[in-house]
Amino acid sequence: MTAQHGQDELEAQFAQWRQYVERRRELQASDADELEDHLRGSVDALVAAGLSADEAFLVAVKRMGSLDELSREFAREHSERLWKQLVLTGADQDPAGGGSRRDLWALVACAAGAAVSVKLPALFGLDFDQDGSFYARNFSLFALTWLAGFLAWRRQAGRTMIAALAALFVLGAVAANVYPLGEESQSLVITSIHLPIALWLVVGLAYVSEEWRSSRRRMDFIRFTGEWFVYFVLIALGGGVLTAFTAGTFNAIGMDPEVFISQWLLPCGAVAAVVVAGWLVEAKQSVVENIAPVLTRLFTPLFTAVLLAFLAAVLVTSTGIDVEREALILFNLLLVVVLGLMLYTMSARDPLAPPGVFDRLQLALVASALAVDVLVLLEIIGRISEYGTTPNKTAALGENIILLVNLAGSAWLLLKLVRRRTPFEALERWQTGYLPVFAAWAWAVVLVFPPLFDYA
Amino acid sequence: MKVAKDLVAASAVPMVLGILAEEASYGYAILKRINELSGGELDWTEGLLYPLLHRLERLGHVESSWQTVTGERRRKYYRITGTGLAELAEQRRQWDTVVDTLKGVWHGMGELGPLPGLTCEAGA
Repeated sequence: MTAQHGQDELEAQFAQWRQYVERRRELQASDADELEDHLRGSVDALVAAGLSADEAFLVAVKRMGSLDELSREFAREHSERLWKQLVLTGADQDPAGGGSRRDLWALVACAAGAAVSVKLPALFGLDFDQDGSFYARNFSLFALTWLAGFLAWRRQAGRTMIAALAALFVLGAVAANVYPLGEESQSLVITSIHLPIALWLVVGLAYVSEEWRSSRRRMDFIRFTGEWFVYFVLIALGGGVLTAFTAGTFNAIGMDPEVFISQWLLPCGAVAAVVVAGWLVEAKQSVVENIAPVLTRLFTPLFTAVLLAFLAAVLVTSTGIDVEREALILFNLLLVVVLGLMLYTMSARDPLAPPGVFDRLQLALVASALAVDVLVLLEIIGRISEYGTTPNKTAALGENIILLVNLAGSAWLLLKLVRRRTPFEALERWQTGYLPVFAAWAWAVVLVFPPLFDYA
Repeated sequence: MKVAKDLVAASAVPMVLGILAEEASYGYAILKRINELSGGELDWTEGLLYPLLHRLERLGHVESSWQTVTGERRRKYYRITGTGLAELAEQRRQWDTVVDTLKGVWHGMGELGPLPGLTCEAGA
């Protein structure tokens, strides 16, 4: 065997090893390059110590440890690449592959539980049509309790965590139902908006479970939220088609399915879809994964353009925002969408990537949103000083201040990121650290506002 | 002797940062250096080192670039940054405290007598 022959054989072995590595989704091409260099380093050292080429290769590969272990460590560090990581959700403890089947049963149980729970009040004479305010306040409780339960089950949450989750849901139920809120009261509307937000963050607690301190896991939850939303919309679209066919076909044979649709199909379907969407994100992440970055890349420039055009229009006409309440809510929603877009983009970004054009674009988006937020704030403060406080205006004021701080922090960190002064990590930390602020505010609105404003 | 896993994990960051503070380096060389410095007692795996390097990079403590030094392969070199140096200083302070405390504890034990005597008493 000539030296040249040995060298060729060694190269073939490297190529084969490389193929194995590249099959791992946890490892990217640059990681494979880095590891290959490492392997070559060990082989060279072993050859220098007197081993033959193929002996050296075997020993070096053996030393590197099993690829499973290596990939697991990479997955832990790079959860954004593979945040679906089955490894981290406990499914790997089930080598027989029965994990997904048990998941499916748990899903069916939770979705059915949600559907049943939303119909339970009907036994006590609460009707969807007549007691709309009851369902408006409680809808999130019927759906999100089960989603949180499913996630806590999947994470094998400890007793303390389960107790904490249960306590928070009970608190939500109490807040939604003990205050004497009139059908027409502003507080009812505010509770119906804020309770789902507060409870969604409780779902987040179930999602991150024991690792609630980990910034990376919180980022995973932000990612989960975005993907869940995409799945939920898809299910809702399908549900709409189903509803249309149900109505059409039964009407055609002279039966009126309207009661069935409004009393059963819609409410049960909606709460079950909340759970099913959560399960889909957990089980089928890789399907939507590639859509997320595309969506954000598509809409970030568009939203930036709209905001800039709006700001330009404000400057040209030199008027502030002097608008009706509905329009003010629209602006708030716009800011929330911008925040969502920013969070979703961050969750899909490779934290090691150098700052690029897209980060600049995002900075422009955040800066223009910041300007809009200031305009909205001025308008709200003007209204409060003119007409006095109401639950609505105070809630809007608080939200805008919270958003202002968040956007200002994000803008500052994005600026530093673009100028390469700070790593992306700082931005990630800022956003994940801000989640408790949103939670605290949503809970404060639900719990404190109604008595504070005399149940107005 | 095998150093316990927790201890290896806890000391990994200051070691890597310390080595990179001397000069920019790449994975294999860092691993070799650790092995040399510890007299072969510390044998890190690749599964420990590379994810750690990537984490330090994400935190901004090191930066990496692919470089070709003449006569060698193209390699991913890691270089410590300003925040990395600050982190190293902070870790050093913490480790100094730990090491000094341990020294004090063990010095005190030395006066009490040899270790086996202690275990006998405890067992009795």
